[in-house]
Formats: sequence, C-alpha cells, structure tokens
Amino acid sequence: MNLYIQPEYEVVRDESRCIACRVCERQCANLVHSFDAETGKMKSDSTLCVNCHRCVCVCPTHALKIVKSDDTYKVNGNWSNQTINEVYRQANSGGVLLSSMGNPKEYPVFWDKMLINASQVTNPPIDPLREPMETKLWLGKRTAQVKRDKKGKLINTLAPQLELKAPILFSAMSYGSISYNAHESLARAAEELGIYYNTGEGGLHKDFYKYGKNTIVQVASGRFGVYKDYLDAAAAIEIKMGQGAKPGIGGHLPGTKISADVSETRMIPQGIDAISPAPHHDIYSIEDLRQLVYSLKEATDYKKPVIVKIAAVHNCAAIASGIARSGADIIAIDGYRGGTGAAPTRIRDNVGIPIELALAQVDERLREEGIRDEVSIIVGGSIRSSADLVKAIALGADACYIGTAALLALGCHLCRTCHEGKCNWGIATQRPDLVKRLNPDVGYKRLVNLVTAWNHELQEMMGGMGINSVEALRGNRLMLRGIGLTDTELSVLGIKYAGQSM
Amino acid sequence: MTIDAKGLHFADLNREVRESADETIDIENCNGQRYIAGGLSGKKLEIHGTPGNALGSYLNGSTVVVHGNVQEATGDTMNGGEIVVHGSAGDATGYAMRGGKIFVLGNAGYRSGIHMKAYKENKPAIVIGGRAGSFLGEYQAGGIIVVLGESEDDKPLIGNFCGTGMHGGEIYLRCNKLPARLPEQVRAEKLDCLPEGEAAQLVREWCKKFGKDSTKYLCSGYYRLSANTDNPYRQMYTAN
Repeated sequence: MNLYIQPEYEVVRDESRCIACRVCERQCANLVHSFDAETGKMKSDSTLCVNCHRCVCVCPTHALKIVKSDDTYKVNGNWSNQTINEVYRQANSGGVLLSSMGNPKEYPVFWDKMLINASQVTNPPIDPLREPMETKLWLGKRTAQVKRDKKGKLINTLAPQLELKAPILFSAMSYGSISYNAHESLARAAEELGIYYNTGEGGLHKDFYKYGKNTIVQVASGRFGVYKDYLDAAAAIEIKMGQGAKPGIGGHLPGTKISADVSETRMIPQGIDAISPAPHHDIYSIEDLRQLVYSLKEATDYKKPVIVKIAAVHNCAAIASGIARSGADIIAIDGYRGGTGAAPTRIRDNVGIPIELALAQVDERLREEGIRDEVSIIVGGSIRSSADLVKAIALGADACYIGTAALLALGCHLCRTCHEGKCNWGIATQRPDLVKRLNPDVGYKRLVNLVTAWNHELQEMMGGMGINSVEALRGNRLMLRGIGLTDTELSVLGIKYAGQSM
Repeated sequence: MTIDAKGLHFADLNREVRESADETIDIENCNGQRYIAGGLSGKKLEIHGTPGNALGSYLNGSTVVVHGNVQEATGDTMNGGEIVVHGSAGDATGYAMRGGKIFVLGNAGYRSGIHMKAYKENKPAIVIGGRAGSFLGEYQAGGIIVVLGESEDDKPLIGNFCGTGMHGGEIYLRCNKLPARLPEQVRAEKLDCLPEGEAAQLVREWCKKFGKDSTKYLCSGYYRLSANTDNPYRQMYTAN
C-alpha cells in the first residue's frame, strides 16, 4: 500500500491570462504541465511540481504562480505535515530520506543576532568613494622568519600564498553534481574577479585547465580525477575531510549522473556509481593528515598552499588546532547550513553546528595557542550576504566560501531537488537539453555582479567602522554586538551585548 | 647517480631526486624517508633499505624498485609506472590507484587496493605474492588485484571484509576454499586454472620479476571476485 501524499505546493494558473503557448510544458523537466487538446487549455499536475519557479519565470503572460497548499492534516504542534509525510514516505519505500541543498530547518541564525559597529564623532568613518579601501588579501601561513643572505638581502621564506581581490571564494561543487555550464560560469567569474572557484571532488574538465590560476582542486576520500597534471594546474589544493551538509558521511554520485563527459573528468567508467567513502582510509589521526598534506606538497614542489576542509562539529576547535599543526596552510570550515547535491535528510538537518559558533571557537583556540598565524581560515555554510561576510571576518575568518548564494546568482530557486538530476535551471543536472539553458556568458556575468556588489557593500561597512583594510577587520570582535542572545551564546561567540560599550 | 640517504631529511632527498638530470637514480641506505618519487615521471629508481610512507604517491610514470620492505600508503593515488617491492608492503598499499602496477614479493598490510579505479587505458594492478590483510579492495571501482597467497604458515590468504562496497574491478585469490565473511556486494566465481587474460599476464610478470616458476602459479585454483552488479545502493534512498 502506497499512501497518497498531498503535494506541498500547488500550481495555480490564471486562466484569463494563459494563452496556451505551452512554454511551461516545454520548460518543465518534471512534466507538470500538459496541453489538453479537447479543451484547448493547459493543465498542470501539482504532484510532480518541485517548486523551482522555472515556469513562473518563463511564462510570457505571468499567468502562473506556485502557492503553499492549504491542505493540512489535523494541526499538531508536534507532528507537522512534513514530519508525518516523511514517515509515510519511509513506510512506503523503506528508504533513507534524501534531500539537497542546505539545512532548511528553523534553527537560530546567529548572523541575524549580531550587529555591526560604526564610527561616530571620535573616529571618523571613511568614504570608500574618495579614499582607498583595501579588500585585497592573502591566504596562507604567516610564520616566515626574517633571514638574510651573505650580502644582507632578504631571503624569501614565506610559504606560498593565495592572493584574492575580495575575501570571497566559490565553494567546492563538483562537475557531476553541477553542470559543465555552471562550472564554466564559476571559473570565468573567478578569473575576472581575481578570486577562486573550487572543483569539488569531481576532477577538472580538460576545457577548464586554462583557468588553473583561479582554481582550487579538491582531493577527497574517493580521489576522483586526482593526478599530477590536476595538482599542477591548480592555485591551491584542498583536502576534503568533511562537508557541512553531511558531516561524517561520504558522497555518492549515482551512475545515472555519470555522463561520458563526467566519466572522463572523474576518470571512472560511465554509468557506474561514484562513491566517496566517509573517511580517508589513510587518515586516522592528525599525523596521518600531515602525511597527506606533505605528500601533496612534495608532489607539487611546495609551490601551492594546502587547504584542509572540515565540517563544523562539536569538537572543531581542537580539530582545527591539530590541522594548524599538520602543515596545512589554510583551514576551511563548513557550517551545518552548507549546501549539497544530495545528503540524507536526517544528517543534513541534525548533524553539525552553526558556522558562527564554530568559527568563533576555532579562532579563539588558535589565538590562545599562539598558532593563529600558522593558518588562514575560510568559512562557509551559509554566507548569505555581505553583512554575513563582514560579521564572519570580524569573528575571525580571513575569507568566506559562498556556494548557495553563487548558485542563486545562476538562477537556482532553492527547490532543493538537486538529487533528482532534473534541474530546470541547468545547474544541478547533466541532461544536455537542460544544461544548455544556463548560458555561461550570462551566468559568469551574474556571478561577477554579485561579488562586485558584495565587495562594494563590504567597503561601505568597513568605511563606516573607520577601517580601511579588510585585514584590519579580521578578528575585530569589538565591531560586533549580540542581540537576543544568552550569556552562553555571547561567551561562545566572544562578543558583548548590544549597548555594552568598548 | 647514487644518493646516500643516510641521515638525509625527506625534503632534501626528494628534492635531489626531482632535480636530478639523470634518468636512473640509486638510493642507498634509505631509512624511513617519506614521499619518495611523489608525482615523479620518466625516472627509474632503485632503492636499497626501507623507504617511508607514501612511496610513489601520485607516481606518474616512473619505475621504482625497492630492495627491502616498504611502509604505509605505497603508490597512493598512483597514476602510472611501476613499483616493485622485493619484500613486504604496509597498510593502504595502492590506495585509490588509477593506473600503473605494484608488484609485491611478500605480504601486504590492511586496506590494500582500497578504492582503486579504472578509466579506459588506465587500469591499475596490484599483485601480492604472499597474504593481504583485512579490507582488501574495499570500495574497489576498477583495476585488478591478485593475491597469490604464498606463505610458510597456513593462515588464510586474506583477512576480513574483503571487497566491502566493491562496485567495479576484479580480485583474484589463489586458493581452493573461498575465504569466509565476504560481503554481499561481492560475487565469487571458482576457477580451476587462471584463464588467459590480464590477470594471467600480471602473474607472469610477477614471476619474471621475482624469478618464480609461472606454471606453478597459473595452473592453480583461484577465486575471482567481482562486484555484485544489482546496484545495492540505489534502493536505499527515498526522495524527500
């Protein structure tokens, strides 16, 4: 017995506007819309709708909208419709619930409970339109010792650094989880912006080697696409230990998503599942991690920074301390709201901790131990705006990864159905007819617009605080105040309450 | 050229190897230096002594011959070339190999050949003369692993959990009784003799390198393990 589950959203068509042009029918990979030849009218089947808003956006007469269904089970404060439906789905199928994108649950968002300072009277604000405002920065170890040769000239002992024109990087999204055109958009935007995009664990497509100086390549437990040329092509190498959306578990790209092109890039046969195991089978300790860090450094002649990426979990401050001692140049921490192409719902929604708290604790721990300069810190896992970016830097981050925001710029409407592989926006799909809907010429420009806009806003907020360099904002927690937070939350974040003075 | 590795730090030793113009390099008195031949292509290394962890990681077309034992993670993510070990190998030998061959005269440790994968002409191979530890070929996605099981005592030629999560490639075990505790994702097929093909060719190469009589190893009972292709993973999920 498969219980019928009422769709959560309904397609509503304004018959007075609809001209039965059938665009919605052609644009919906989920086959929601159809033309009824008998009546000459369009029909729609809401049970197939994922609420991606493609039809709404392309309808030339704006005849469509998607509304939340008002159908409801008997209202229950404990058993929500969603919770009940999940039980039905599992009773129907016996399967593990699978979801996509970041944790949508209503947990507190600490970014929204922090306020930013501004200068008044005693320390004048700076107008970024007429005064220099530096958002360029470098990521890497800052532990160089001053050494001179026999003639007294400085010997460069600085570890390799990544130069960024803005404190933003595109987070790891593999070719396979997202499309060729999405990758091209990210790569070209990174090049134009002077920042970086990240291959994820999917290898580097042969067409994108030319963007190598703006590329971070990932080495994860499955080691897909990893070989000498791949490592040599990149500006930096990221070892993926964990991901915010699914801490503690690996990845699984179903065989149906392994197209010929994805297969060539990952260097695995077409059509078979690609499994990234949960652990790296050669890493059981910080000492083992150090071995992978150094094997990558040796293979690339110590020319590239090595990033170690972990999910934000309860003990991440101690883990970060270990990573900082492993020889890694940069630590990336991914919060529990970070996106994914597919993750078990229960893990996505219940495992990990907010990036705000993890970042504050990691930065504090590294400073206490006197090793903060051993590494730079990148954080991700739902940086939604330039305000989140400013707050993250003030809490101690050097730069931020953005993933979901970048996909939104490309047209994603957060329908959270990436795992079905039928993305109507041409992003999370390998179907050629869908992929071509995302034009990289347009996509890359939209990404450039987004990051440029955020960078302007960053400059405005920095100027307001009387700070003219993003490096002077880093870890400057006096620029933050909490609002609506408990004493414990304030102490974990290491900030004062709004109204408390310096 | 010959490098005396005695007392050399791995970074110095490896820099010398990388920067040497010579194609053939002998390393004497090797004593635990890690990452030797990392990502190296176009060279031939003869190592006397015991190289440290991650020997030949990302190896990209060189030949490495070790007169001694090797430690952990030999040939990690190796892409091409050959590693020949006149001794035994440690844990995680050939982890995530994508190409090339590893020949081990003696035993190999735990987790050998984990997550090996193949693509077109890139088809990695590991031949282990003695026994292999537990977790052999876990998550194997491609390539060939052969365990010849030559040993003086009478222990089983593999440990537990061989091929867990296997979804491609082949494992050949030279034995007449199927080892216990094979996971569900593995299908086993009994062979009275090794048929002509890639595995037989690998066994011949192994015999030639270590001066063994190939008829003894070819005409012998084997089990061929492969992935159970009913795709046991997809069933596990329900779209939410």
